[in-house]
Amino acid sequence: MCGIVGLFLKDAALEPHLGEMLTAMLVTMTDRGPDSAGIAIYGGATPGRTKMTVQSDTPETSFAGLETALSKALGASVHMSVKSTHAILDLPAGTTAKARAALPAIDPALRLMSRGDSLEIYKEVGLPRDVAARFELNTMSGTHGIGHTRMATESAVTTMGAHPFNTGDDQCLVHNGSLSNHNSLRRKLRRDGIHIETENDTEVGAAYLTWQMQNGATLGQALERSLDDLDGFYTFVVGTRDGFGVLRDPIACKPAVMAETEQYVAFGSEYRALVDLPGIEHARVWEPEPATVYFWSHDTPAPTSKAA
Amino acid sequence: MQTLDLQEIGLRAVNKTLHAQSADTNQTSWIIENAKGAHAIACGLDAPIEVTVKGSTGYYCGGMNSQATVNIHGSAGPGTGENIMSGKIVIEGDASQYLGATGHGGLIVVKGNASSRCGISMKGVNIVVQGNIGHMSAFMGQSGNLVVCGDAGDALGDSCYEARFFVRGTVKSLGADCEKKEMRAEHIEILKSLLEEAGIDADPSEFTRYGSARTLYTFDVDNVGAY
Repeated sequence: MCGIVGLFLKDAALEPHLGEMLTAMLVTMTDRGPDSAGIAIYGGATPGRTKMTVQSDTPETSFAGLETALSKALGASVHMSVKSTHAILDLPAGTTAKARAALPAIDPALRLMSRGDSLEIYKEVGLPRDVAARFELNTMSGTHGIGHTRMATESAVTTMGAHPFNTGDDQCLVHNGSLSNHNSLRRKLRRDGIHIETENDTEVGAAYLTWQMQNGATLGQALERSLDDLDGFYTFVVGTRDGFGVLRDPIACKPAVMAETEQYVAFGSEYRALVDLPGIEHARVWEPEPATVYFWSHDTPAPTSKAA
Repeated sequence: MQTLDLQEIGLRAVNKTLHAQSADTNQTSWIIENAKGAHAIACGLDAPIEVTVKGSTGYYCGGMNSQATVNIHGSAGPGTGENIMSGKIVIEGDASQYLGATGHGGLIVVKGNASSRCGISMKGVNIVVQGNIGHMSAFMGQSGNLVVCGDAGDALGDSCYEARFFVRGTVKSLGADCEKKEMRAEHIEILKSLLEEAGIDADPSEFTRYGSARTLYTFDVDNVGAY
């Protein structure tokens, strides 16, 4: 089934509470997916630096010399902070590609969860409550974030099968639904040189967006084109550096509820994910229309926009 | 008037209390507070009681309703009133997808908008929507009436049987084997009484009737060679 939550803060005073708010929303959605959970937090960027989140099933060994080894490989200072099975690597800006290439040599057990100036992705197998506790998600702050609880339908329950999927620098995707043409699309994308690691259908959706954008499309255009190229059921929520977007397929069986106040724009698969948000009694609550790309950004003057 | 706090006693206790009301109960009026979007509130009621939910509901509120009146003072999630047998459900706000799905009787009223698949597979329920309805509404609708004071989305009444659709606004597109129909005096009467029952002030003559063209569901096995 899967559950999605998303929160885009307009009021900076709420930023220290982003993790706490998202965690509560995510745990409420546990009934929709007990298999695994993940959160993408946009915690803010530091000028001159960028981030990578990596994961290992054997963190003690993998993270032991990681900071030193990576600093050496880049010839620059890397700062690492560890949260359970994940490590957040703070790198000099522009070194992501080099760092990514260096990882397999340092330890093949390392998996890249996210890359971007602001983005950090945490995801693991387990109940949302346990995943949140493992990474201390409720202590995190940021400008916006999206979360996902998984009920695995098309592929196995594994860490790498969990959402969100990182689709590009500071970009990620979560999905409620199931894609039916993901096998043929995976073959096509791999032929075009796109790296796809799992049998997961959502990973293919994420890779498709990456492929479109690598070929010159904006995120909005990539989402528009997915309406023609993806077959199946989907409510997509995408995170970008300065905002987040929502798209439902034309049949729109998979649920989507949004709430907006002067303080935030929120997304939930069910209304009950939103009920504890401040001011929810007076919020504008609505369901996004099918086959329509919605996008909210911190960078544009109007807080909401609906792409044609 | 009895008040139940859903957060305090839990969903099962709420529904169990309501189920315990018999036909001759003198506790006919119930209020449910702190709904907080919970699912399956006031499902399976089978007594002539009135239940008012303060706040928006999740999925399936009033599902399988018999005899009771359920008022939702907020918006309602997917599948509200699904399989309603009799009685009445009134939604003050909007209703999400597949409202009244496979409903056999009774009346559902939406003061705001309903969403996609409104009245899907309706089997006798009457649904009156003051606002708009979404796409694929009344798909395979067998009987009952769907009244829409606003507009209808794509594929209205796709593959319908004998359910009737009255739309005052525009219909984005009609579904397979659904066509515009003549409004006769008997239809004006049906529509008039539905609008009155729903407490909605609208002129029946402003509505257009739609229904089955009867070339799809009338399949006879003797004609199987034609396909």
